[in-house]
Amino acid sequence: MKALVAVKRVIDYNVKIRVKADNSGVETANVKFSANPFDEIAVEEAVRLKESGSVSEIIVVTIGPAAAQDVLRSALAIGADRAILIETGEEIQPLAVAKILKALCEREAPQIAILGKQAIDDDSNQTGQALAALLGWPQGTFASKLVIANGRAEVTREIDGGLETLSLTLPAVVTTDLRLNEPRYASLPNIMKAKKKPLDIIPAATLGLDLAPRLATLRVEAPPKRSAGIRVKTVAELVDKLKTEAKVI
Amino acid sequence: MAALVLAEHDGRHLKAATRSAVAAALRLGGEAHLLVAGQDVRGVAEDAAAVAGVTKVLLADDPLYAHPLAETLAPLVIGLSADYAAIVAAATTFGKNVLPRVAAKCDVQQISEIVAVVSPDTFVRPIYAGNALATVQSKDALKVITVRATAFEPAASAGGAAPIVTTPAMPAAADASFLRDELTKSERPELTSARVVISGGRGMQNGDNFKLIEPIAQSLGAAIGASRAAVDAGFVSNDLQVGQTGKIVAPDLYIAVGISGAIQHLAGMGESKVIVAINKDESAPIFDVADYGLVADLFQALPELAAALKSG
Repeated sequence: MKALVAVKRVIDYNVKIRVKADNSGVETANVKFSANPFDEIAVEEAVRLKESGSVSEIIVVTIGPAAAQDVLRSALAIGADRAILIETGEEIQPLAVAKILKALCEREAPQIAILGKQAIDDDSNQTGQALAALLGWPQGTFASKLVIANGRAEVTREIDGGLETLSLTLPAVVTTDLRLNEPRYASLPNIMKAKKKPLDIIPAATLGLDLAPRLATLRVEAPPKRSAGIRVKTVAELVDKLKTEAKVI
Repeated sequence: MAALVLAEHDGRHLKAATRSAVAAALRLGGEAHLLVAGQDVRGVAEDAAAVAGVTKVLLADDPLYAHPLAETLAPLVIGLSADYAAIVAAATTFGKNVLPRVAAKCDVQQISEIVAVVSPDTFVRPIYAGNALATVQSKDALKVITVRATAFEPAASAGGAAPIVTTPAMPAAADASFLRDELTKSERPELTSARVVISGGRGMQNGDNFKLIEPIAQSLGAAIGASRAAVDAGFVSNDLQVGQTGKIVAPDLYIAVGISGAIQHLAGMGESKVIVAINKDESAPIFDVADYGLVADLFQALPELAAALKSG
């Protein structure tokens, strides 16, 4: 069976972001971009499913400008078989992403779509659920364990109270949480091989979908900054301050 | 038109986060109705009816809702959505799982994890792990919104007297079944609603050392949390994680022990009223946001703190 994996190119998680002076967004010029960390976990999981024989082919997809090919090449170097870039310079919000991925799922007919649970830029945590809704597939979100057997996916989910395990019929959508796996590093020979793997570029406008943003961003601001307080020298001083100054205990 | 709030419960009681979602829903300018779905949950519906400001409770009591699955709950909410201007839930793992499924099926772009209502179509939400706040205006006729519970003072649990109206179950959207859960049992208060939280990080070195935190939590009536590093290292279970991708907390007092203060951790606790940091590394970034910083070896400081609180 095929697996489809979606990857988003985001500002690298190590970059300290800066809000633009005109409050229109965050500064993206001269900033390092890389694959959303949750999506790297999604690619790794698909590769492990292929290594264990559950998956025969991995198609990795991203949506964005030509520069987003980087995150596809990285996924190919980890073990994805081929890649698709849906090229656009426009802002594509999660609902529109789900519409694009639905069209690709209908074309490629994967038995499983694996996505990160959220992108670390807009922190929306929606796309996997939205894709499952549009396809009418079951969803296993925030997965920390995934087992494919007998035409079903057994997904262990990280929920507020602990863990929950669901059984989903295939095809299904799975979104990854942090503890699902630890992504491997690509070896140099595999990075070289990835350059020869197929990468299709499809202009987003040719898909015939309504991709217009539904949310207008009116303003982006830096949050109120919290300043450092005081240093206490001893535990006794700390307890005293909490009692008499902060009055929280 | 009213807002429909999807209630979260454990089969017996309404979760406090749902009352925060009610508070946010009431700021949209209309009535707030609560939808309670479950099996044998009349008691939860009665809790819901008593929440201040709620004017109607819809009760879907059916074996189909014995476990809170997105595949069963989304069609139920979608079936009711035509009567509402907004669908609202708390941005817990429950709300985050179900509501985007509702939104997409209604061709609506969900507004995730709002921290403020500016007007009935304009909201503030954190992006980039809370390092920026975006004000967004929705062009969709129906608003589908998840709410950061710590940003809205919960509606009172008593004072309301809403009628309870039953609503029929709807067919599931896809084949998903519940197999089992492993819920953490704790005597401690719930992390997201505790008045005091004490969290351990990588500096705790192993899970056993979290025992040093327990007597302090006991004295303060605190919930115990952890950094991602401590969870990834297997010291404690995932449900203790505080941060961008874990739980968001905003207690009166947050005590960070052996936590360096990575951006993604600060995203989960930066709104706490008073922050205490105990770390032996005096250059740890956690000290930049702490009201009270103690540079000390936690293996000495924690027993001292436990003793001081017990005697005081």
